[in-house]
Amino acid sequence: MTERIIITATINDEETQFMADMRDSLLDALRERIGLTGTKEGCNNGNCGACAVIMDGRLVNSCCVMAAEVEGSEITTVEGLAEADGLTPLQEAFLEEAALQCGICTPGFLVASKALLDVNPHPSEHEIRFWLAGNLCRCTGYDKIIRAVQKAAAQRGA
Amino acid sequence: MQKVRYTRANSVEEAVALLEKGGATARPLAGGTDLIVQARERRRKVDLFVDIKPIPETNEITFDPAGGLTIGAAVPAYRIYGNETVSRLYPALVDACRVIGGTAIQGRASLGGNLCNSSPAADSVPAMIVLEGVANIAGPRGRRSVPVEEFNTGPGQNVLQPGEFVVSIHFPPPARNSGAAWDRFIPRNEMDIAVVNAGVQLRFEGDRVSWAKVAIGAVAPTALVVPAAAEALVGKPLSDATIEAAAEAARQAARPIDDMRGSIRQRKHLVGVYVARMIRKAAERARGG
Ligand SMILES: Cc1cc2nc3c(=O)[nH]c(=O)nc-3n(C[C@H](O)[C@H](O)[C@H](O)COP(=O)(O)OP(=O)(O)OC[C@H]3O[C@@H](n4cnc5c(N)ncnc54)[C@H](O)[C@@H]3O)c2cc1C
Ligand code: FES
Ligand code: FES
Repeated sequence: MTERIIITATINDEETQFMADMRDSLLDALRERIGLTGTKEGCNNGNCGACAVIMDGRLVNSCCVMAAEVEGSEITTVEGLAEADGLTPLQEAFLEEAALQCGICTPGFLVASKALLDVNPHPSEHEIRFWLAGNLCRCTGYDKIIRAVQKAAAQRGA
Repeated sequence: MQKVRYTRANSVEEAVALLEKGGATARPLAGGTDLIVQARERRRKVDLFVDIKPIPETNEITFDPAGGLTIGAAVPAYRIYGNETVSRLYPALVDACRVIGGTAIQGRASLGGNLCNSSPAADSVPAMIVLEGVANIAGPRGRRSVPVEEFNTGPGQNVLQPGEFVVSIHFPPPARNSGAAWDRFIPRNEMDIAVVNAGVQLRFEGDRVSWAKVAIGAVAPTALVVPAAAEALVGKPLSDATIEAAAEAARQAARPIDDMRGSIRQRKHLVGVYVARMIRKAAERARGG
């Protein structure tokens, strides 16, 4: 038997209490204990960004965070981006620019791009590429993803 | 993941007690970007994570002009390059922190973790060495300080004794007319392990170099200080000839290995290139550029 713990955190603006194994990563807990399967597992070692979430205002890879560490934290996953009445402009831009194919990298790119636009609403192409360097995509090619982020930024207005 | 327990340390004393009681398989947890992956992939036997982030001292950046800069061992990279004072007075730290992993890694990765993981290629280490960084260590027998350049003793090995951990890293105030710079070579633009990295600090008196420190990484079991490179520069105005002599000293000091990231020849060549570049950049910064 491994040790179980009860964790309370604010996940996508909702106070959430869940039980986890003490050796769960945040990624394990989100997907398997809480049922938020939008966050994806790619490499499970910090290299691909598919598991990216925002923790207390900062982009992190959830495979490199222990579930036990998030007690009292605020977490935003891809499920927390859209409002009930539809997708965000960033998500719309990904669709319009065909910035995804298989889609496994998309939640990570969306969360990372949102984190970028939150701190830098009008990033240059270079800034977008540098910020997203930790997110890997094996099928779409990065140009469409970059264009989608640029489009979402432009729509925010000056 | 191996059967590992997680516990929070709220004070330095608590962390020391937990680490001492836990023995060799209890590990301090800072950003976890090395440790969690190593534990999952069973590259390191761990049964207890002692989270040191709740300790206030590990999380602070403090500066005063007389005493210098102290960075908590667990402060993540993004807070270091986001700090106005650090950016202005210690840009060599920013050079390194900006390229450790990608954005999500920088949200967690710390100087303490980079140092204590003791990788020969750790990017912040040559930068900390040329800035004369000193690790403040706490342990069962109280506090002690070890210069960063003496901290690592081999790949994955360092001076920490059972129950000890690094609380913070201290840097003296920047000397007058000084400048420091750091950079690395990687085959990709981002997100890769250094083939070579190098840091340089120079101080000037008039147009002469009065003091220099050159450190290189990923070309030996630990980051190396190259006194002969400093000697080639000190006492003279900077010139193409002195820079080349320093670069040659660094090439001579490097003891790299051949691996998939780079050959011995390539690494030796790159050490020269990067040391020369960092000398020029440090000089530019010393002149206020
Ligand atoms: C995708 C990816 C990319 C990366 N890119 C780079 C890179 O470009 N350059 C680079 O140098 N590194 C890189 N790394 C490695 C890693 O991110 C850095 O070494 C980082 O600085 C480690 O810090 P941390 O806070 O995450 O350490 P942790 O993982 O928490 O700890 C690392 C080790 O140090 C010990 N430790 C941590 N803090 C202390 C302390 N205060 N006292 C004593 N022991 C301590 C831990 O027990 C563990 O053994 C990368 C890692 C990943 C996953
Ligand atoms: S699954 Fe976390 S970075 Fe790849
Ligand atoms: S769309 Fe398939 S990996 Fe990016």
